[in-house]
Amino acid sequence: MRANGSRSEALRSLRVAAWLGWQIESNWADPFVFAIYSLVKPLAGALILVFMYAVIAKGGLQSPLFPGVFVGNALFIYVPAVLAGISWTIIDDREHYGMLKYVYTAPVNVLTYLVGRGVAKTMVATIAVVMMLLLGTLALGVPIRFGGIDWPLVLGSAMLAFFGILLGGVTLVTARHNYGVGEAVAGGLYLLCGVVFPLDTLPSWLSSIGRAIPITYWVEAMRRALLGERTALFSGLSNGALVAILAGSTVVLAVLAVLVFRLAERRARAKGLLDMQMMY
Amino acid sequence: MRSRSAWTIFWRTVLGRAYPRIIGAQREKSWVFFEIFLPLLQVTAYVYIYRAIEAPPEFIGFVVLGGAMSAYWLNVLWSMASQLYWEKETGNLELYIVAPTSRMAILLGMALGGMFATTLRAIAVITIGMLLFHVSMTVRNVPVLLGVFLTTLVALYGLGMLLSSLFLLFGREAWHLSNLLQEPVSLVSGFYFPVRALGQVVAAAASILPITLGLDAMRQLLFPAMLGDLRFLPAEVELGILAGLAVLFLILARRALAYFETLARREGRLSIRGQ
Repeated sequence: MRANGSRSEALRSLRVAAWLGWQIESNWADPFVFAIYSLVKPLAGALILVFMYAVIAKGGLQSPLFPGVFVGNALFIYVPAVLAGISWTIIDDREHYGMLKYVYTAPVNVLTYLVGRGVAKTMVATIAVVMMLLLGTLALGVPIRFGGIDWPLVLGSAMLAFFGILLGGVTLVTARHNYGVGEAVAGGLYLLCGVVFPLDTLPSWLSSIGRAIPITYWVEAMRRALLGERTALFSGLSNGALVAILAGSTVVLAVLAVLVFRLAERRARAKGLLDMQMMY
Repeated sequence: MRSRSAWTIFWRTVLGRAYPRIIGAQREKSWVFFEIFLPLLQVTAYVYIYRAIEAPPEFIGFVVLGGAMSAYWLNVLWSMASQLYWEKETGNLELYIVAPTSRMAILLGMALGGMFATTLRAIAVITIGMLLFHVSMTVRNVPVLLGVFLTTLVALYGLGMLLSSLFLLFGREAWHLSNLLQEPVSLVSGFYFPVRALGQVVAAAASILPITLGLDAMRQLLFPAMLGDLRFLPAEVELGILAGLAVLFLILARRALAYFETLARREGRLSIRGQ
């Protein structure tokens, strides 16, 4: 009975948080302006890459590297949205709206509440990702197989939510001026996970770090799912092995994320950090 | 006597508002770290893209310089344009309005302080970038280079003062607009590739942003390879246009501040928080 109650509380928290998050993300502008806003930023990011390739690469956009780079860059939109998004939710609720303490006093499951807020950001990111992939296919000749996506490879995406919760735990016990943590982690992952260039372009020690990060395998899996091609570095890794790596790292991350978050939560309560406001 | 007193108050306000950025911003070590580290991360990613596609070494230098200059654009967006929105949210804006001083002095103080603090970070980005990626720059004409750099900053922060007045009316839109103006400006201003690659029309339109011309001119003066097919306009012409933009933006900022402040007072937007 109690398990049912907490399950329904968790689901309700998730649903309400996703709705609240969507309102916060989108209701500052009319839908048209919001749609433009959601697209222009990622589009500009993708076009920077397009011009770099068009101007310099041998063969321009026909370079064999370009499809993988374009798809990696488009899908990476999810990473800052979810990772930095969840930790930013804590800063925003705690310091801007002053609502985090009320979330804790309400009958709300905080973890699913945060995931729900992440869902809203994921929805916005999904619009951008789909539009980028369409742009790639229709305008730039990127051979994306919309009809033949290898769906099991996409399942590793859940891992991002646990990364977000892990970072959220860190944010709970740090001050507002650590807003850069989310961006720094996302920026580091952009560099280390072979998103916009082959991982073996990096010096070997950096490349080794990249190979130890699960998101590298998520990027590879998503490329295989959408393009059906393997990058040279991971050509020996079968799809089954890739799914196993993603499933294993998702489970490990889930345990670690919940553990870290609960520890951080306990510390935040003990030190009175849940309603901390830095006023700058 | 009265005029002298107003002058004194003006400059004391400038110094007072610049102080938190010249001194205070250096005390918050995590900010200093992130403001150097984040542009460096971006620069590093773009450097490796160029390495992966075997670009000529000058392009690595273009990226390092673009990354350093991006620090100024980010500062203009987040610490100039959006600043009055933050002040509104923290309850300081009303104090600015009731204080017996010029609002232009407040904006000027913000700009001078921001320039100083960002220059420290930009120097760090360039130095670390040059050391990490073995970038060599050839300074051909120091006075023109300095002229271009300083004029770019004056025009850029003039634009920041103008945007700051405009953003006075905004609530959450201010945050979103600043967020929105990052990547598109990186694209059209050619932070990571020569702006000429976008075509003459787009490059000309993007020249309304001082950083576009400033970056193109500085690249010409630091990397001789830019003097060939890659430059948009001759550096001397770009310097002239930048000087014009600097004057234009400062005049517009003064007028816009008076206009939007009055409008915001009438519409009761100066003290709305959490909007």
